[in-house]
Amino acid sequence: MKNSRRTFIKLAGIAAAGLAVAPKKVLASGGGHAPVKVNATASHAKHWAMVVDTTKLHTAEAIDELAKVCHHIHNVPSIEGKKEVKWLWHDTYGHSFPEQENPHLAEEVHERVFPLLCNHCENPPCVRVCPTKATFQRPDGIVAMDYHRCIGCRYCMAGCPYGSRSFNWGDPRLNLDLANLNPEFPTRMRGVVEKCNFCVERLAVGKKPACVEASNGAMFFGDLKDPDSEVRKVLREKFTIRRKPSAGTEPSVYYII
Amino acid sequence: MKMYNGFAIVAGLVIFFAMLTAPFALGTMTKQYKEPELKLPVNEKECIESTEYMRTNHMQLLNEWRDWALRDGKRTYTNHAGKEFSISLQNTCMKCHVSKADFCDKCHNDAGVSPYCWDCHVQPEGLK
Repeated sequence: MKNSRRTFIKLAGIAAAGLAVAPKKVLASGGGHAPVKVNATASHAKHWAMVVDTTKLHTAEAIDELAKVCHHIHNVPSIEGKKEVKWLWHDTYGHSFPEQENPHLAEEVHERVFPLLCNHCENPPCVRVCPTKATFQRPDGIVAMDYHRCIGCRYCMAGCPYGSRSFNWGDPRLNLDLANLNPEFPTRMRGVVEKCNFCVERLAVGKKPACVEASNGAMFFGDLKDPDSEVRKVLREKFTIRRKPSAGTEPSVYYII
Repeated sequence: MKMYNGFAIVAGLVIFFAMLTAPFALGTMTKQYKEPELKLPVNEKECIESTEYMRTNHMQLLNEWRDWALRDGKRTYTNHAGKEFSISLQNTCMKCHVSKADFCDKCHNDAGVSPYCWDCHVQPEGLK
């Protein structure tokens, strides 16, 4: 065959078409790609968010009940005092929303007790300061922790404006009811920080977070980026506030007042 | 040539070499290392991958499983035979290998390794 410009352009065209197809073929034939996928039953969202209806959920007793459920399924130790470890807890209006107080606030609202948890911020300072990337933000917005990587430097605790993180000063198993553990979830070890994980392990099998499930409709959970989701519907209809807006962290937990 | 203190030197050398080779003479040459007897699952014949692969690569596999599940959020593993498994040490591995003491610890103790899995993960026997 004679080498002419015409044959060269023909061959180049065929090669370009081959290149467009080849990468997928190589991947599909199993050349080094990871043999893993997301669970078929998993719930999906672009950005998970939670809305808490504090007109329904505002007593310490009710919130403690939810905390009990959460702390049981996640094997969170119960410790009194400064070494407390907490994923879900409660506090007063002044402590929960310090920037949004005024001296003449409606008494009923001011006397409420507010459920608090990790805000899973859109702009999480804990992720920025973590030197080992033990804390990271998943594509679905959840601020997750990899306890395998945590070195216990506690920068994230200094970075978090909400006190959502707890440090394990001692072996957490010493303060756990060992006969009554959740055998499907690990504990933590001495020297790591821990916090609420928005129940990633439950979302991965299509369940809602445990507190939302136990709240009798006082908490909503869904995709913030989906205009038709339950949380977006509630946010459209009700007046909500978030904690410490001036910190610029953009929390994903909203409170109906 | 006369050797000064010859007896002491030769005796010393003999004792030295005897001690140097003692571990070989007392240990490896007389005793054969025996692989520990593992208690294998009763209801399941095949692990997620072949026995040989698991024996040599279970630690890498567990590391990959950890990163896939925790960091990538991908919790379904497809093995070479095409069978799917849920990625979880506590809820998949230890559902068949129902005893850490009778399975993991056997080889780990012999090999003198102490992986820190169980600092956090809960063994199927429960904690005491």
